[in-house]
This record gives sequence, structure tokens and C-alpha cells, in this order.
Amino acid sequence: MAKHLALEITDLNFSYGKKQVLYDLNLTVAAGQCGILLGPNGAGKSTLFALITRLYAHKYGKIHLAGFNIQKKPLKALAQLGVVFQQTTLDLDLTVQQNLRYHAALQGMSRKKSNLGILEQLERLGMYERRKEVVRQLNGGHRRRVEIARALMHKPRVLLLDEPTVGLDAPSRHAIVEHVHQLVADGDLAVLWATHLMDEIYASDKVALIHQGAVKAEGAVEDIIQQAQADNINDAFFKLTLGKG
Amino acid sequence: MRIFHYWFALWGIVFRELLRFVKQKERFLSALVRPLIWLFVFAAGFRAALGIAIIPPYETYILYEVYITPGLIGMIQLFNGMQSSLSMVYDREMGSMRILLVSPLPRWYLLLSKLLAGVFVSILQVYVFLAIAWFYEIQAPLEGYLWLLPALLLSGLMLGALGLLLSSFIKQLENFAGVMNFVIFPMFFMSTALYPLWKLQESSAWLYKIAEYNPFSQAVEFLRFALYAQFNQHAFVYTAVAFALFLILAIIGYNPSKGMMKRKGR
Repeated sequence: MAKHLALEITDLNFSYGKKQVLYDLNLTVAAGQCGILLGPNGAGKSTLFALITRLYAHKYGKIHLAGFNIQKKPLKALAQLGVVFQQTTLDLDLTVQQNLRYHAALQGMSRKKSNLGILEQLERLGMYERRKEVVRQLNGGHRRRVEIARALMHKPRVLLLDEPTVGLDAPSRHAIVEHVHQLVADGDLAVLWATHLMDEIYASDKVALIHQGAVKAEGAVEDIIQQAQADNINDAFFKLTLGKG
Repeated sequence: MRIFHYWFALWGIVFRELLRFVKQKERFLSALVRPLIWLFVFAAGFRAALGIAIIPPYETYILYEVYITPGLIGMIQLFNGMQSSLSMVYDREMGSMRILLVSPLPRWYLLLSKLLAGVFVSILQVYVFLAIAWFYEIQAPLEGYLWLLPALLLSGLMLGALGLLLSSFIKQLENFAGVMNFVIFPMFFMSTALYPLWKLQESSAWLYKIAEYNPFSQAVEFLRFALYAQFNQHAFVYTAVAFALFLILAIIGYNPSKGMMKRKGR
């Protein structure tokens, strides 16, 4: 496989019992690229994330993370991955720092490396001063920031975000969208961002439109609009998912 | 180095469990109050009704409170094991279990670490309970308290693995509450925690058989002998085999391509 691809999904099929939810799904995200997984609720986005994170095992198709096959070399593949799940996964009774240290330990980071990681990631998000606060006291936007900082502490090559702005107010959403795009612009990080909100998409992003478990269109924002013969990405989304213009 | 990764992760998981435990004062208090009520109220009341003959490891006639102390130690660990797995069902529903399971370490190791973390918490509870019991004049030989430590590790692991196994089959918290009733209480009452085997044999042959094969009985007997600085080989082997069996089944239950996950999808 090509080296510059950070995430490569090939012919992925998956079913819950008899109900098939993913059909021959193909998707790639290169290093330094922000991939948007756009789809309505129930399109199969969360299932896809569960497969990439190996919470579920798949039988048909392949998933490569930074060149490692998730089925054959799961530990090496997972070490390349940072994840922000849809539901918050922070321990509310612990402080920001304690949460991050726990994650660092799971990633095999020493105390010294963990402290450096906390400093670097929290400072970038303007949260370092609040590291000793209990998570329960933080608002939704700040909790999300902590989760992004946590996902990046071990310097993964792929960052997965599963609808990270759900339930946040407009300024918090904007801050997170901007921050993640800045991360991509700054280096080689590949991002796969699942969403159904059009205003989270930048013109430079690569979009994969997923509907009923299959990729309906994939490419730059302009390409998707052209493929759907629509005026903008919003129209393209409705045309491709609902068959309406 | 890979070995450091394993060590940091184990320490991280244990430390998190201890932190959570310290922060949840009600959990600590209820873990302590439950066996103390049994000791101060139930056992005191039954002292007159139940006479205990001289049976190993005891060398003299003993008070009923002395007899049930190892059973109550087992009870602390049984509740703790079930509570840890309850928290795993909660973690799974709430999502924080995902952070553990997506770490780049083998799943069996992550589960074993989680199990050990719960056992450490239960050991802390047991020694605080024994310290209070000491002032109530329930005193074992001093070296017994040392012998008890490895025994607590094994019995805690066995009961924790059982909880883990149950949690791998349970999808929702509500179902778990039912299992608590169907597992904790039968296991505790149909064991040697409250009455010795010979007493059970006198009253019911089938109850005697159940108690004899109940792994909780064996764990309690192992603890009972350890507290008196003696080694009960039969109870040790039985508890160790039960631990291995429960752990293997729990790991299968948490394997993404088998057990629980397989039932969810493929």
C-alpha cells in the first residue's frame, strides 16, 4: 500500500447478525489531510468507527492504520490511533490531569513524557491552567477540548473524531472545528471526522458521503458538488442521501 | 521498551481505581458497614443459637463471630468483585471502557490489570475491617494477617474474574442488578461463610453438596486457614482452577471476534 496513506479501508462489509450495515466500503485518508465522513444518523458512521478502533472485529475487507493491518497487527495499528468518541469518555470525578495521565499510562508513556504531553497538548488548547480542575466542573466545550488533548498525547498518526461537537454551543463548536483543521495544517496528522453538520466542512477537506452503509460519493468538496450536480455541499448531501434537490 | 509499557499501563489502571475509590467515600463506607453489621448484629444474635464444634483450623471452641469473620472477608471481596464488574458495565454503557479497550495492549492484559486493580481495593477494605474487628476482640495470630495477603489476592482474583465474566454477558446495567441478586446472595448463603459444612449436612443433603462445590466456599476456607497461618491445599487448588476458568471465559467474552462482540455483529 502507498506510504502516504494514513488510513486505508478496502472492501469493508459488516453486519449485525443478519442485518448488513456496511457494504463494500472503501475509504482513504492521507497524512496531513482532514477527511470528513458525512452522513445522516444511522448511516453506519459509528459502526465504522467501532471497526477502526477494533471494538468490533470484521471478517470481510481490510483496515490499515499507518500501514498496519488492524486484524493482523492490532497493537501496532492501535498505537497509531487517537480517538474522540461521540459520548464523553472522561472520568468526571477525576481532574483533567489525572484523566490525561491515565491515558498516557495506557499508551506506555513514562511520567516525564506524560507531563510533557500534558503541557504541550493542554497549552495548545488554552487549558493548561485548568489541569487541576475536576472534569465535572468543566462545561461541554472544555470537556471536548480535554478529550482532543488526550487523543493527541501519544502523538498518533490518525485522529478519529465521532461527531465531537454534538451538544455544544456555537462558539465551542467553532473553536473545535478550527483547532482540528489547524492541527492538520500544522503537520502530518490524518483526521477522520464523522459529522452530519455541513458547516464543519472546510473547502480543503476530503469528503466521503456515506448513506445506508455505503460510500455514495468521495472527493474534494467541489467534486462532491459536481458529482451530485448540486449548487453547494448542503444540496449535494440532500440529493445523495434523500434523492431530493 | 515493551515491558515498561505493560508496567505503566498496569500502574495507571490500579492508580485510577484507587483514586476513584478514595473519591467515592460512600462506596468505602458501605463496603465497611455491611460486614460490620453482620459481625456486630447478626453474629452477636446468633452466638447463642449456633454452637461451633472444634474444627480445623481452630484449636479450641470459638465464638460464632470468630467463625464468620473469614466469611465476611469473602463477602467484602464478593461484593467488591461484583461492584468492579458493575462499574465495567457502567463504563461500557458510558463509553469510558472504550478508552481502555483501544489501548495498544492485548485485551487479556487490560482485563487482568482491571481485575487486579479491583482486588487491591478489596484488600484495603479487608484490612480496615480486620483492624476494627481486632478491637472487637476478634484476633487471629499476627502471622495470620501476613499469610492472609496472598490468599486475598487469589480469592479476590477468582471473585473478580467471575464478576468480569458476568459483565461480559450483560449488556445493560438494569440486567446486572438482577444478576447481583441471583449470584451474590445464593453464593453467600449456600456456602461455608455462615455455617460449617457439617452443620449444613445435618439440615439438608443437597444444600451440603451445593456448598461443598460452591467456589465461594472454597475461597472462604482458603482465607480461613490462611488467617490462622495454615495452608488449605484443597481450597487453594479449587480456587485457583475456578479463577483460571472464569478468567479464560471472561477473556473470550470480551474478545472482539468471539463472545459478546460476536453476538453484536460480524
